[in-house]
Amino acid sequence: MKAWYLIPLAIFIAMLGFLGVGLKLDPREVPSPLIDKPAPVFRLQTLDSPSRLMSSEEMRGQVWLLNVWASWCAGCREEHPILVEFAKTRTVPIYGLDYKDQPDDARRWLANFGNPYVASVSDPDGRTGIEFGVYGVPETFVIDKAGIIRHKQIGPITPEVLRDTILPLVKKLNAA
Amino acid sequence: MLLKPLLALLLAAALHPAWAKEAAPVAADPVAEARLMKLSSELRCLVCQNQTIADSNAELAVDLRNEIREKIQTGMSDAEIKDFMVARYGDFVLYRPPVKNTTLVLWVGPFLLLAVGGGILVFNLRRRRQHAAEPELSRDEQALAESLLHTDPTKETT
Repeated sequence: MKAWYLIPLAIFIAMLGFLGVGLKLDPREVPSPLIDKPAPVFRLQTLDSPSRLMSSEEMRGQVWLLNVWASWCAGCREEHPILVEFAKTRTVPIYGLDYKDQPDDARRWLANFGNPYVASVSDPDGRTGIEFGVYGVPETFVIDKAGIIRHKQIGPITPEVLRDTILPLVKKLNAA
Repeated sequence: MLLKPLLALLLAAALHPAWAKEAAPVAADPVAEARLMKLSSELRCLVCQNQTIADSNAELAVDLRNEIREKIQTGMSDAEIKDFMVARYGDFVLYRPPVKNTTLVLWVGPFLLLAVGGGILVFNLRRRRQHAAEPELSRDEQALAESLLHTDPTKETT
């Protein structure tokens, strides 16, 4: 009979457990429904030469990263040096989607902080961003040889994310 | 004091009917706009997560409202537009999450808790009633109590 009195305590401990786990979850990280789905196709002006249109179809057959960035985005500034360093290793081509940005600002930004991208395309009105379900720049997509999105990193890439998540995945996808 | 008349003047100026304008119509088509409002008030803004796309002034919310407005103009149904949003942002954009395996606890949980709470309540009430129904004293105990009450305590102290 005495065990009954322990029930509220058990409920309390269970709640503590849930709340504790809840503290560690980031509500801003919404799982993307686009994982394991074909990446939306885009055809946009490149940042370097607006007369040239680049299509996402051109990346078929290789594993690539699509990094959504903007010159106005503070998180991008944070992850940028990491991307620049990473690009030097030539592990995987990084393409940029310049999200809701002024091309002039974007070009100046790359000139100032370095350019890790094989190419960047402009998405001035954010329509392509919506297609990709972008809601918080920076975001990075890992896209495989068949054009399927395999991973979405929301928020700045950190060295840990790069080492523990992106690199192993790229390696695996390249071997496939 | 000069402040009081000044304030009164300012107040009078602010309340002057010439400043009270009708809100400008937001779109040429009020029916489509009403649909937009209804639809976007059921969709969550992903930047400021406790606001709907209708409420939020975040840039993404503005963009998404424009996107929905265009979709309405091209003749897409509400369900199609919701599917479009869910395909890109997941069930999370819906303020009314669909009943699925992953959301079952969410939907059934409160009723389950209610049932458990109700069960405990009924159990306790029954137990209490049983206690109340029990005669407090048996007949012998009653007689004993009677006799004790009616005996004169002074006589017993011998």
